[in-house]
Amino acid sequence: MDEKAPPLIEPLIELKNSGLKVRDRWLVRGVNLHVNRGEIVTLIGPNGSGKSTTARMALGIKKPSEGNAAKIANLRVGYVPQKLAIDWTLPITVSRFMQLTTKLKKDEIISALKMVSAEHLLNADLQPLSGGEFQRVQLARAIARNPDLLVLDEPVQGVDFNGEIALYQLIEKLRDQLNCGILMISHDLHLVMASTDRVICLNGHVCCEGSPKTVAESNEYQSLFGTHAAATLAIYHHQHDHKHLPDGRVQHSDGSITDHCNHDNHDHNNHEDASTNINYEHRADHEMGEA
Amino acid sequence: MLDDFFIRALIAGIGVAAICGPLGCFMVWRRLSYFGDTLSHSALLGVALALLLNINIMLAVFCFVIVLAIVLLLLQRQESLPSDAILGILAHSSLAMSLVVLGLITWAQVDLVSYLFGDILSVYKSEIAVIYIAGAIILGILFYIWRPLFAVTLNRELAEVEGIKATVVNAIYILMLASVIAVAMKIVGALLITALLIIPASCARGLAKSPESMAIYAAIIGVISVVLGLYGSLYLDTLSGPSIVVAAMFLFLLTLTPLTKIFK
Repeated sequence: MDEKAPPLIEPLIELKNSGLKVRDRWLVRGVNLHVNRGEIVTLIGPNGSGKSTTARMALGIKKPSEGNAAKIANLRVGYVPQKLAIDWTLPITVSRFMQLTTKLKKDEIISALKMVSAEHLLNADLQPLSGGEFQRVQLARAIARNPDLLVLDEPVQGVDFNGEIALYQLIEKLRDQLNCGILMISHDLHLVMASTDRVICLNGHVCCEGSPKTVAESNEYQSLFGTHAAATLAIYHHQHDHKHLPDGRVQHSDGSITDHCNHDNHDHNNHEDASTNINYEHRADHEMGEA
Repeated sequence: MLDDFFIRALIAGIGVAAICGPLGCFMVWRRLSYFGDTLSHSALLGVALALLLNINIMLAVFCFVIVLAIVLLLLQRQESLPSDAILGILAHSSLAMSLVVLGLITWAQVDLVSYLFGDILSVYKSEIAVIYIAGAIILGILFYIWRPLFAVTLNRELAEVEGIKATVVNAIYILMLASVIAVAMKIVGALLITALLIIPASCARGLAKSPESMAIYAAIIGVISVVLGLYGSLYLDTLSGPSIVVAAMFLFLLTLTPLTKIFK
């Protein structure tokens, strides 16, 4: 798992001008998408914008009505679905869940659980797990198959704010360790930003794409999600540096956010309120410094 | 030994219960109780058609149930009616149709009760052979497709993304279900087959920690129900098929008590 293979030129999955029509209605159209090994690509867009449809076409579950879908032969996918409700009639432990689609050796299960710091849950029942624990276990299950491609559909659902940050950092770490491609689906850029290489913003078609920063600052993104979404983005960067990257640059950003928070709000956890107090120029500068 | 009708009944019943347990677990997990009910009620129409056309009953039931299952799955895909309404319509109209058709058959003596509630005490040696051969094949296939079938049951999309052919796996499950219904008709009858599938599985839920152990417990509990029910019917002189189901129900009530903690 540790050795770094040189990145393949051939994309793991690729869509060329693909679209899917159901009962005379185009769910999504004209999508170009590829995911390479070692790359994190995020699909964003409001509800019903065709993110999941696009992912299904790319994975070969749905055949596109127009355009092409291609994937490399024997592509091994690890998948964390958007909603995974475990029916109470299903008696299942974490260890059995880990082997849902593939039989694994015990040490393979344990090492995957260790990667997400959930090895203590090995023999726990699946149902009573908290949202964050369950997401970690799902991630562990997906990576234990040693996949070429990880597909994460809204991976932070039901996880609190701090858990969300930790989870995105974990995903980034996994990408580096496993050398797989990652396709993420998210309803907004919000926290996905920091750990993504490329963002594709969908709204029935590709409305913009590029680096997270380009997308966040594009007019299309802001008209879809409003400027408020862009503002919360900045907060994440402050928060992220402040908490997790203790180097010179953090010192700078740490200073700036403390400034604002102390001024207007003593509650450090109240990020939404704080975001409105940061002006756009300041945020832009800050992100330039980071890039 | 096989000349004793009661021993034959025991052996046949145990065989059927052992197949029904694991398959019934999937029925419970997938919430297919009503689906199974509809299939088994309509199995009676298969019987009626077999008598009408003078063909083998077990084979006719098997074929008819498969055709009906396909029709059901296609109808449910339409989403023009809620699926429980579709199931209700098919279950009751096929039951009614079969009773009408059976009434039209004047040239043969038709023992309706034995088709509705089973006739385990008159099971032939050849039927025991069919039960055990079919059972071995069904359980063999189930063992082979266990992991993918369970994955599809837990979450179809996840299974498909990770390379499992969900449609194929589901079709195999429906085929197995149809064969069990055809085989179990004789034992508990069209009205009570679903009981033999879902009651032992539901008992097992309270005892099991993993899907595999639930399937094994379900088979064991089904076998115990058959033994208790048959001996009960012998001493109380009651219908044997319903007695088996009553025994299963008592075991189910038992699993609701704190006694189950012993197993965990």
